[in-house]
Amino acid sequence: MEQIIQIENLEKSYGTIHAVQNISLSINKGEMFGLVGPDGAGKTTTIRILCGLLLKDSGDVKVVDKDISKYRKEIQKSIGYLSQKFSLYGDLTVDENMEFFAEIHNVKDYKERRDELLEFTRLKSFRSRLADKLSGGMKQKLALACSLIHKPQIIFLDEPTTGVDPVSRRDFWKILSGLLKEGMTIFMSTPYLDEAERCNRVALMNAGKIIALDTPQKIKEHMDNFVVEIVCTPVRKAYELIKGITELEVQMFGDRVNVIVKNYEKEIPVVKKLLEKNSVEILDNRIITPSLENVFMHLIKEAS
Amino acid sequence: MNSIVVKNLTKKFGSFTAVDEVSFEVKRGEIFGFLGANGAGKSTTIKMLCGILEPTSGDALVGGFSVAKEPDKVKQNIGYMSQRFSLYNDLTVEENIDFFGGIYGLEGNLFEERKKWVLHIANLEGKEKLLTSSLPGGIKQRLALGTAVIHKPQIVFLDEPTSGVDPISRRNFWDLINSLSAENITVLVTTHYLEEAEYCNNIILIDAGKLIAEGSSKQLKTNYIKVPIFEIECSNVVEAMELLEKQDFVGETSIFGNNIHVITNEKFKDESQIHNLCKSSSINVKRINKIIPTLEDVFIHLLEKGKK
Repeated sequence: MEQIIQIENLEKSYGTIHAVQNISLSINKGEMFGLVGPDGAGKTTTIRILCGLLLKDSGDVKVVDKDISKYRKEIQKSIGYLSQKFSLYGDLTVDENMEFFAEIHNVKDYKERRDELLEFTRLKSFRSRLADKLSGGMKQKLALACSLIHKPQIIFLDEPTTGVDPVSRRDFWKILSGLLKEGMTIFMSTPYLDEAERCNRVALMNAGKIIALDTPQKIKEHMDNFVVEIVCTPVRKAYELIKGITELEVQMFGDRVNVIVKNYEKEIPVVKKLLEKNSVEILDNRIITPSLENVFMHLIKEAS
Repeated sequence: MNSIVVKNLTKKFGSFTAVDEVSFEVKRGEIFGFLGANGAGKSTTIKMLCGILEPTSGDALVGGFSVAKEPDKVKQNIGYMSQRFSLYNDLTVEENIDFFGGIYGLEGNLFEERKKWVLHIANLEGKEKLLTSSLPGGIKQRLALGTAVIHKPQIVFLDEPTSGVDPISRRNFWDLINSLSAENITVLVTTHYLEEAEYCNNIILIDAGKLIAEGSSKQLKTNYIKVPIFEIECSNVVEAMELLEKQDFVGETSIFGNNIHVITNEKFKDESQIHNLCKSSSINVKRINKIIPTLEDVFIHLLEKGKK
C-alpha cells in the first residue's frame, strides 16, 4: 500500500515535558486514521508537527513524500487542517469565509470548487448567512469546507466533533465518507473511543507514546482478557462489592456491570459467589466483545 | 419515590412551541439521561425544572415543589452544573468550595463537614491549596460538580458536563456521579454522547419539543428499532455503502472502518438480498453479522422517522 505520511522516531519536548516520545508511524494513502488518547497524550502536538505548524526536536517526518524540515511550505499546499477551534470569521458570510480561505491558499479559480463544497456539505442555501448565525454543526461543516478549498491530499482533523450533537455528527461522518471516496487521506484525533471505531486504523496514544496501533478490530482481538457483562440487581451493590473486595477492573452501567478478567473459568465463579452471598440477583452473564474503551483503559492501566 | 414528576409541561415563545406537553417521572437516586439534538428543547425544559423559566402551561414537581408556583423553593433544593463551569480560576480549590458554601448559607460544623465530604467524594483531597486555573480539565470538572452539590440537594442537573473531556477523566467523573446517586441524590444529565447515556438508569429522548422515547438503554434498543441491523465487512466499503443506500430495503448506513452498519427497513426480507446485491456489483463480502443497535442508531432512527 502506498504511504502518504511517514514518521520515524519523532520527539518533541516543551521544557521538561516530554510531549511526544519516539513515535514511529506510517499512514496509507486514502485511509481514515485515528489518533486516540486522553488530554495531554500528545495528539495535538503530533498533528501540529505533521502540519508544519510546530517544529520537531528530532526524528524524520515525511508528508506527501517530502521532508517536513525542508519543504514545509510545499507540504502545506497539499494538506488541510481543521483545528479544535474552528477559525471562521463570524462577521463574514459563508461565501466570504470560503473566499478568504481561497485567498490564503492562493487559489485563483475557487468559485467552482466553492460551489461543489457547499453542495457537498449542504450549506448552499445558507451561503449568504453570517458564520456567527450558523448552528454548531453548520459551523463545523463550513470550517471543513474552508479547509478543503485548495483540494488537499490529506486533511488533518483535531478533535473535530467536540460539542457537536449526534445528528450533526452523523452528517459529518457522511461527508468524511464522501472524502474517502475521492481518495483523500483523513488523519484525525479524538478523545472518543466510539468515534475511533469508525477509522480504518487507530493509534492509541498515552503520555507521548503509542501503546497500540492497528485496525479497531485487531486491537480488540489482541486483548488477552475477557470482558464479562453481568446484568444484575441491585447494580450498585454488585459494583461496590467487586470493586471493594476483588482486584478486578469493574465498570458500572445503568443495569449491569462489566468485569475484566484474565481467567474466565477461575475468576467469574468467585465473582458470582461473592454477589450471590450478598443477595445480588444475577439475571444474566456473558462474555462480550470488548469495546475500544475497555482495551484502552486496560492498556493504560498496564502501562502505569 | 419520585424526585421529579413532570406533567404536560409546555413552553411557548410567541408562536413557537419549544416544549410541547412533555411528561415523565424520575425516581429518587436515579441517574436519568435527557437526550435530544440541539434545539430540541432540552435547555428550555431544564430551565423550567430549575425554576428559572416559568412554564406556559403544565407543571413539574421537583423535590416535591411546583416549578410553576414555588420556583424559589425549587431552586433551594437543587444543584446545577453546566458545561461552562462557574468556578473562580484565580481562587484555590478550597476557596472555591468556601465561596459556594457561603452562597448556600452553610456555616460552622455543618459547613466543615460538607467541605470534607465534597473533597472526598470528588477525589480532591490533597489538592485544597492548588489554584483552580492550574488544574487539568477533568479535575476542574469534578470540583465544579462538587461545589454544585455542597448543600446536598435532592436533585442535581448536569447540562452537557463532559463536553470535550478525555476518556479517563470522563470515567472518573462518572464514578463521582455514581457516588452521588449512591447517596440518594437524583442526577439528571444531558449529553451529546450516546455511549455515556449507557451509564444512565433511564433515558428520555425529545425532538422538536416532544418526548419521543423513554426507557432503559436496553428497552430503547429493543422497543424502538424493530428492523434488523447488520454489520457488513467487505471490500470497497465506500462503494458498498453508496450501493446499499440506494436500495429500498435500507434505511440508514454508516461506515465503521472496514465495516458498514446497515439499518434496514420494513421492506427488508433476509440477508440474501445483501449478498446478491454485493455479488452483482463485485463487492467481496467477508461476513455479515446481525448486531444490537447502539443508542446512537436508535436515536438517529427515531429522529429520521420523525422527519418523515
